[in-house]
Amino acid sequence: MSAFTRTELLITVISRLLRGCHHVAVGASSPIPGSGALLARSLSSGDMRVSVLGSRRNNFFTNGGVELFDLAAQGRIDAFFLGGGQIDGQGNINLVGVGGYPRGNVRWPGSFGSAYLYFLIPRVILFREEHTRRVMVPQVDFVSAPGTSDGVHRPGGPFAMVTGLGLFYFDRDRRRFRLASVHPRHTVEEIRDNTGFDFDYPAVVPETPGPDESILAKIRGPIRAEIAETYPRFAERLTQKP
Amino acid sequence: MTNGLFVPVNELSELVYDGAKLAVPKDSCGVAMEATRELVRRGVRDLHLVCVPIGGIQADILIGSGAVRTLETSGVTLGEFGGAPRFADAIREGKLAMRDATCPAVHAALQAAQKGIPFIPLRGLIGSDLMKHRSDWKVIDNPFAENDPIAVLPAIRPDVSLFHAPLADRFGNVFVGRERELMTMAHASRDTLVTVEETTDENLLDDDARAGAVLPAIYVSKIAVVKQGAWPLALGDIYPDDETTLARYAMLARTADGFRQFVEEWLSRDLVEA
Repeated sequence: MSAFTRTELLITVISRLLRGCHHVAVGASSPIPGSGALLARSLSSGDMRVSVLGSRRNNFFTNGGVELFDLAAQGRIDAFFLGGGQIDGQGNINLVGVGGYPRGNVRWPGSFGSAYLYFLIPRVILFREEHTRRVMVPQVDFVSAPGTSDGVHRPGGPFAMVTGLGLFYFDRDRRRFRLASVHPRHTVEEIRDNTGFDFDYPAVVPETPGPDESILAKIRGPIRAEIAETYPRFAERLTQKP
Repeated sequence: MTNGLFVPVNELSELVYDGAKLAVPKDSCGVAMEATRELVRRGVRDLHLVCVPIGGIQADILIGSGAVRTLETSGVTLGEFGGAPRFADAIREGKLAMRDATCPAVHAALQAAQKGIPFIPLRGLIGSDLMKHRSDWKVIDNPFAENDPIAVLPAIRPDVSLFHAPLADRFGNVFVGRERELMTMAHASRDTLVTVEETTDENLLDDDARAGAVLPAIYVSKIAVVKQGAWPLALGDIYPDDETTLARYAMLARTADGFRQFVEEWLSRDLVEA
């Protein structure tokens, strides 16, 4: 098996989750999702668009900041990425802060587009590299955007969650995550120890397959070059040896 | 130049009065940092700051300087340089009347003002805790369908919009390029103050290839010509972020003392005015 870094693995996992998408959008501060989307596009049959916020070359928007949101509401975006300072077992995400509102003891930047895009984009992938009980909590302190909704227009929502330890899918009917695979060098037990909520998992949880040589060559070559336009420092770090 | 439209940047900044509802764009869209410096120098107070749709170093500096009473934004962040330290501190100390939003809500509420209508519906939102804390946002039943609750937001009509752009012509038309939210801000605001890198004697509206990216003078109240007017932030393809200064701000502003040191240095810097 070829040697790869965790970042290379995460890029690969994300690219697999985007198969079949026609338009993938990537928000701010998202170098790994951005790389995953560009990799997915390079592996597609040429019918995938990727819009990277903050990029000139990979962003065709001409109607300003509102265009991403208008596209989402019309169903013209298939996949997007959200994170969260806290994520709970019902797929609720918190980008606002901890310990009371408005005057909490920890304040994060804010909800950005989450309170809208989470409702409207069918395949939202939650991406959070840190997988600890600090992040994966029983219940978020502030619901920037809920995982599921009843009785409101909601074509979108959580599809999967990628962390530094594993890959989960979200079951919207059961309102629970299901662990699909554990990343190499980690265990189900470790994931349970570091997760503050219950989740489903099969009797035998497979290991997340890593990138093969041809994928690695793409990540280290054209994908790195392309993401460098938007995230030069990240691209620099991508050259580090496993 | 033309009839009092063009003024020095300190005179332009004076039109942002204490207590004004001030709309400013996000970091990548042309932030009028030089004009912001004049605001801080003057000690502007009680602003209702509307970040379109998020704030960065400009919002953090205004908050740290005690200029902001009410903050309406979907986020405040220094991006690659980390969290916004004066913002987080002001929240912890309860110094801000906070109106947390989501990006499309800010855009939509400005679009309502642009259309001269009192409110606008928006998808999403229902079930977010944002709704709980925004007593000005409501849920109505879609009057054209059954069982379709939808959020409605009041229009945001800023007293003043303030931004920096590459180019103005002598008639007051301003080239904004792809940054179309600057147009929406100007359409929605009573007054629009613009700083620009340079001016041209041509009429920007004469060139069809460019006219679609031009804010017409009818929306523009005053213009000041300021080279490097977005510094230390980038301006489109014209100049990049001054990463050294932004990183220095992120480091110093972690403490109130460090923040004061940065602001003192910043205020004493020579003005580059055309």
